[in-house]
Amino acid sequence: MGELGRKARLYVLLVRARVRADWQYRTPFVLFTVAQFGITFLDFLLIAVIFQRTPHLEGWSLPEVAFLYGTSGVSFFIGDVFISQVERVGMYVKDGRFDSLLVRPMGTLFQLSTEEFAFRRFGKLVQSTIVLVVATASLDVAWTPGRAGMVALMLTTGAVIFSAIWVAGSAITFFAVDSIEVVNSFTYGGNYATQYPIGVFGPWLRRFITLAVPTAFVNYFPALYVLGRSDTLGLPSWSRFASPGVAVVTVLVAMTAWRVGLRHYRSTGS
Amino acid sequence: MAVISLQDVSKTFVVRKRAGRLRRSKVEVRAVDGVSLEVDAGELVGYIGPNGAGKSTTIKMLTGILVPSSGVVRVAGVDPQRKRIELTRRIGVVFGQRSQLWWDLPLRDSFDLLRHVYRVPADRHAANLQSFVEMLDMDEFLQTPVRQLSLGQRMRGELTAALLHDPEILYLDEPTIGLDVVSKARVREFLAAVNAERAVTIVLTTHDLADVERLCTRLVVIDRGQVIEDGTVAEIKNRYAGHRTVVVDLEVPGPPLAVPGAEVVKVDGPRQWLRFSRSETTAAAVVSAVVAQATVIDLSVEDPDIEEVVTRIYTGAGDA
Repeated sequence: MGELGRKARLYVLLVRARVRADWQYRTPFVLFTVAQFGITFLDFLLIAVIFQRTPHLEGWSLPEVAFLYGTSGVSFFIGDVFISQVERVGMYVKDGRFDSLLVRPMGTLFQLSTEEFAFRRFGKLVQSTIVLVVATASLDVAWTPGRAGMVALMLTTGAVIFSAIWVAGSAITFFAVDSIEVVNSFTYGGNYATQYPIGVFGPWLRRFITLAVPTAFVNYFPALYVLGRSDTLGLPSWSRFASPGVAVVTVLVAMTAWRVGLRHYRSTGS
Repeated sequence: MAVISLQDVSKTFVVRKRAGRLRRSKVEVRAVDGVSLEVDAGELVGYIGPNGAGKSTTIKMLTGILVPSSGVVRVAGVDPQRKRIELTRRIGVVFGQRSQLWWDLPLRDSFDLLRHVYRVPADRHAANLQSFVEMLDMDEFLQTPVRQLSLGQRMRGELTAALLHDPEILYLDEPTIGLDVVSKARVREFLAAVNAERAVTIVLTTHDLADVERLCTRLVVIDRGQVIEDGTVAEIKNRYAGHRTVVVDLEVPGPPLAVPGAEVVKVDGPRQWLRFSRSETTAAAVVSAVVAQATVIDLSVEDPDIEEVVTRIYTGAGDA
């Protein structure tokens, strides 16, 4: 078994241990999973209500906006299920458990993502997947291999971008333990921002989600290609294919931020 | 051969204090201040000091959790700062107030998970586990979830968890804190056995000086970030406690005895305590002076206890 195989096996073992531990408390386990599924549906209902009033939002139809919502949600909640738990690092630093992570032969991100794994988060991922499947089926699009491939690619790169934002944001808590609320405005905020066509936002917010926290690359730009639409921002057409590059950059930024945070912790112990 | 070596190691923290409404002034705190120390393979070292002396900071630098501000640290020939993950496979760590076990799962499951975490060969793991279960008498609670274990049982689990991967060095931060007398004795007995039979080098911090006295071959005392004493328990006792006490049981109770060089510090019926300074007289001389004056049924010579010695060290009393 190779190094990667061993790591994957250990990951599965540790996640299974976590889920088994949570399963000791069955009622909250089931209730939370169902509740998370339900709450996100209410969230989507809001978009449906908007379309009761108007057939188009910035020229986008309901299936098109639902497609944005679905791609954003699937990407976001893949990150939510597998990576978001690293935001709990602040708690670990506060109560001293972070020291225990550092005396084990595993990376800190690896340990946090397994130790804090929460099965209930799958509820939201399932909801987003349903919305995406329904939306995709009702889109008025001439499907080509390129467009289908783009959907798969955007979901993957989107998950990577959201995960990277999560890691980079959590790294800030090494410096300010209670800053997780600020971090969440980037992560959850990024998710909300990508549920709508970018044109509904003002120019300042548009620039922010394109350049600073590049969530527009999660779904908006690649969706333009899939849906065959023109860009209201007037960016060059290559921006529609820039998502993988953006994903690589955000990952590099995230890993650097985490490393800097870790170094700060190891030199200050707090 | 030294498995742990610190050369002139310091650790400075910057603490921000409020100064005025908005301004904050930075204050440098030297938690560890120029510590040099070598620990040989197979030693069992007690690392003690008052609260805030720098014990935990030192342990954290030795485990690679903290990076020293200056100086050189080597553990098992490795720089803990750079090779943290490599080092974790060669050391075991028990933080008395924190758990390495999976809280909601049976104790047994933690041990199985650790086998994969540390990549211990299955046969080696099974042999180790069997031997620790026997030594620590864990059979009856192996299937109990960790959260339901008593503190004593949990500590036995923690010790096992720290040793299953055959570490060369074991660090223990307050391993007996909160334990009852029987559990403490069991932990001490186990550590002594692990040190002797498995040649594990052990460094432990504690506030329980009975741990040190019963267990440690060497005592290192740190205060305000500096090593102020380093030697065997007997050496340090001699250095700090220049006096001993002869306790005699007389046939009939009587007034305090008059012995040159010794002072009766306590009388309890027929029993008297005579304290003398080692530099002035000897136990033999005191005893013969007593025997010349009264009929003695029984006698013993007591050294000052470690509590007393350490109190003197902490308060800087020096030679008495």
